[in-house]
Amino acid sequence: MRRTVRDASAAFTRAPLLTALSITTIAFSLFAFGLFGLVALNIRAALQGVEERVEIRAFVADGTDAQSLAAAAGDIDAFPEVQSVNIVTQDQALARARTELTEFSDVFQSGVLPASIDVKLKPGYRDPATVARVSARLKSYPFVDDVRYGEDWLVQLYRLRNIAGVAGLALGLAFAAVAVIIIGATIRMAVLSRADEISIMRLVGATDGFIRRPFLLEGFAKGILGGLLALGLTWLGMHLIDRYMHFHTVFFSPAMAAAGVVAGALIGVLGSSVAVGRHLRAL
Amino acid sequence: MTAAEAVGVLRFDRVTKEYPRSGLALHEVSFRVAKGEFVFLTGPSGAGKSTILRLAYFAERPTSGLVRVSGVNSEHASRREISKLRRRLGIVFQDFRLLEDRTAEENVGFALEVTGVPRAQIGPKVSRVLTQVGLAAKATAFPRELSGGEQQRVAIARALVNDPFVLIADEPTGNLDERATRGVFQLLREINAAGTAIIMATHDLDLVRHADYRTLELNRGQIVFDSAESPEPAA
Ligand SMILES: Nc1ncnc2c1ncn2[C@@H]1O[C@H](COP(=O)(O)OP(=O)(O)OP(=O)(O)O)[C@@H](O)[C@H]1O
Ligand SMILES: [Mg+2]
Repeated sequence: MRRTVRDASAAFTRAPLLTALSITTIAFSLFAFGLFGLVALNIRAALQGVEERVEIRAFVADGTDAQSLAAAAGDIDAFPEVQSVNIVTQDQALARARTELTEFSDVFQSGVLPASIDVKLKPGYRDPATVARVSARLKSYPFVDDVRYGEDWLVQLYRLRNIAGVAGLALGLAFAAVAVIIIGATIRMAVLSRADEISIMRLVGATDGFIRRPFLLEGFAKGILGGLLALGLTWLGMHLIDRYMHFHTVFFSPAMAAAGVVAGALIGVLGSSVAVGRHLRAL
Repeated sequence: MTAAEAVGVLRFDRVTKEYPRSGLALHEVSFRVAKGEFVFLTGPSGAGKSTILRLAYFAERPTSGLVRVSGVNSEHASRREISKLRRRLGIVFQDFRLLEDRTAEENVGFALEVTGVPRAQIGPKVSRVLTQVGLAAKATAFPRELSGGEQQRVAIARALVNDPFVLIADEPTGNLDERATRGVFQLLREINAAGTAIIMATHDLDLVRHADYRTLELNRGQIVFDSAESPEPAA
């Protein structure tokens, strides 16, 4: 084990340029993937923020008594899709309209707005079909005049979400594949640069495992270093965007960041294993 | 069969080697090498000398027939067994095959390091063989700082450091001038005198003639003359 570590670190000191080159290559391919991931993450966060605002308003006929309203609200709250129910009286509706639409506040000075039952749905139940279904159920209450939920808007939102999802997956896979290929090629170069050494090792009787081990450790170390560097670059990139474009962005959670670095290490180890294995088979 | 032949270190039985593109390199070759024996392999270029040596250290497997070296057999040997066997073989080439970025002693020590010999034992073993090949004074020189003859001595030291029972040498003097050739050959004779069997492929007929060792002559993949069987050279 000591020798393995010594050998792997010797690779760093014997060929500092090649080592630096492969770490930077790994870092930049993971960085590209990381930036892409960050964009995808932020689009998702933004869409989720919009989705949270999906709300169904059931406008109630004038003069409906508060008791039947409360009973209906309790009923609705028990629907499996429903997250929260909120009764908005005529006065509250007016107050809300005044604050939300300040430029029209004079219009609402003396007007009368209908009371409503506002329903929010649980995450995962905010797609157009479910929203329409719940709306239909709300409409079946005799005292409900009208149900609104911004149908056109919701359909658009979902189309956008689906496009973003599919494009994200395809691009993500492409980026990941490119990263793996580039990293694999880099590692293969490192192995080939030591082809003489490997063939002499075989000649004097080193076992395959013994030959492979330092390369695996080297790949692991390069993967970790490249991953950390990529993480740092991504973080820096995000801060620059935040700072100069006044764009509020979401960063990876610590678990996601750690997963990225571990992925780098895994690619390093697997890439080295494949490269050395391919090389050894020929000897 | 003499007593020496009975204790074989290496044995080929009707070994045929065929390459997909260039065809038959060896055809039904059979011979044995006894413990401590010195054998020259001669013959024109392309006769199959290097092929025999590669088969002997299991860099290749025969197309048919059987190669046996110290109990390891070409039909069943695993990669691991081959690795273990090579630790008891010494292998030397025309082109030395030293690592350019390591000193003479590091090149020799490399063979011990990568076979898991404890670090504390490496130093003494390395200086013993470097002294044996006459290069104790150049232990810290890099290959580019050594003459061809000296580089070959380092390669021989590396081959000897694991105390091999047989030394396999493919034209070890092929890149050397006459003086260096004589020096390296003298070294090989001493190694053989100390008990290590040697199989050496060579083009140098002077060397073969002046040394009284067994000679196997190959032509087109077949043994056409074995001095152990008939005293007179063929044709
Ligand atoms: N790896 C290989 N692939 C295909 N053919 C090969 C290979 N190695 C050797 N041969 C063929 O096998 C034959 C014997 O080659 P070998 O190298 O054993 O000759 P040799 O006696 O060592 O010659 P030389 O004196 O020139 O070194 C040649 O015809 C050669 O073309
Ligand atoms: Mg040859």
